[in-house]
Amino acid sequence: MLRPRIIPCLLIHKGGLVKTVQFGSPKYVGDPLNAVRIFNEKEVDELMVIDIDATRNGHAPDEGVIASLAAECRMPLAYGGGVKTVEQIERLIALGVEKVAVSSAAIADPDLIPRAAERVGRQSIVGVMDVKAGGLLRKTEVVTHNATKRTGLQPLEFAKRLQQLGVGEIVVNSVDRDGMMQGYDMALVDSIRAATDVPLTILGGAGSLDDIRQLVGRHKVIGAAAGSLFVFKGKFRAVLINYPDRATHEELYGG
Amino acid sequence: MADVTLVHYGLGNIQAFAHIYQRLNLAVEVATTAQQLSAAQRLILPGVGAFDWAMARLNASGMREALDDAVLNRKVPVLGVCVGMQMMAERSDEGAEPGLGWIKGDVKAFTSLSDQRLPLPHMGWNDVLPASTDCLFAGIDAPKYYFLHSYCIVPTCDADALATANYGNSFVSAVRHDNIFGTQFHPEKSHNWGIDLLRNFARQ
Repeated sequence: MLRPRIIPCLLIHKGGLVKTVQFGSPKYVGDPLNAVRIFNEKEVDELMVIDIDATRNGHAPDEGVIASLAAECRMPLAYGGGVKTVEQIERLIALGVEKVAVSSAAIADPDLIPRAAERVGRQSIVGVMDVKAGGLLRKTEVVTHNATKRTGLQPLEFAKRLQQLGVGEIVVNSVDRDGMMQGYDMALVDSIRAATDVPLTILGGAGSLDDIRQLVGRHKVIGAAAGSLFVFKGKFRAVLINYPDRATHEELYGG
Repeated sequence: MADVTLVHYGLGNIQAFAHIYQRLNLAVEVATTAQQLSAAQRLILPGVGAFDWAMARLNASGMREALDDAVLNRKVPVLGVCVGMQMMAERSDEGAEPGLGWIKGDVKAFTSLSDQRLPLPHMGWNDVLPASTDCLFAGIDAPKYYFLHSYCIVPTCDADALATANYGNSFVSAVRHDNIFGTQFHPEKSHNWGIDLLRNFARQ
């Protein structure tokens, strides 16, 4: 049986690991390599690492850091942040990243996706869309550059567009729910799942294993990603890297 | 002398394999030249990439002839992973380049094997059902591995199927023909199930 993927998402900021709230107020939670080692021991399904400074500051991906994380990872690794060219994508795959995420570049240069897929294969290209409610009507739209730039693109249309361009996975990340730990945006998930055929991963909002149970119960094979849930413990948000053990993991989807 | 030689033709996670073998206290070498292949005892052909691009890189690496010689004449055990396994077939739906032809059979698009509407690529952890547990899967209980692919190998000869998995339909998830082994899944990124499989390969 193909299982749902339960994915810790790690954010890199100024070389350290941080957790944000609604993409702001980054709180230092530790060293990235150390976190990867702990997640190895906990046998996580896969890891997502996002450099939240790269695109915003116009930096290329830090290949030294990524190479050390990829070599240490005993599970698949997806990397996002500052990726703009086919050559970068190829180099990241050669460094040992299984999946490379593009976000703002997919809007600025849509042709990047098919050109990169020709080399690394579409299974290794992830389209990430950060979504946020904005404007007077609080309509949800796609945003980029750490949620500092609005695009006017509707999430559902953009998801279909990413699939058409040939991504192997779509990650939907809710800015409004980031760090809030109050549950995923299930209505948005339902609409995007119904309109697309590629693997889908949801990020933003998970506050408990029940939130994950609800998502995988409803959509079966889906990626349930979370940041805060897997780095904080308790209501005072003490830093403690955690992940469901094998039995709990299986119980979440009735496996 | 290295226990395992990793064929570095520009694609695939060389470092993850190297890391695992170092932790297992096995000597590992990364080969970028034909000469390094001539004394190899075991070979791993990794791969993350599109079929044609992978074949083009391998053909341009200067290692192709030495690789064919090691595998077909010297009968050195070889393990192909993901597109590294797909390249061992004769051709692929994903491209136009001929494969290595070490395993009789083709690589087919998942969409051509099933009329079900399944999300593709097949991505994530799935159960692997070995047809034999005396080589790669020896001693591995309830094996499961990480998959990331939209194409899969269809060997001409059923006996070459070493394991299957299910996604919509049953498909071949590992192959073996004499000294030639391949896995569609990623043992280098599959925790202890993968480490055990790589240790087993080093005993072949």
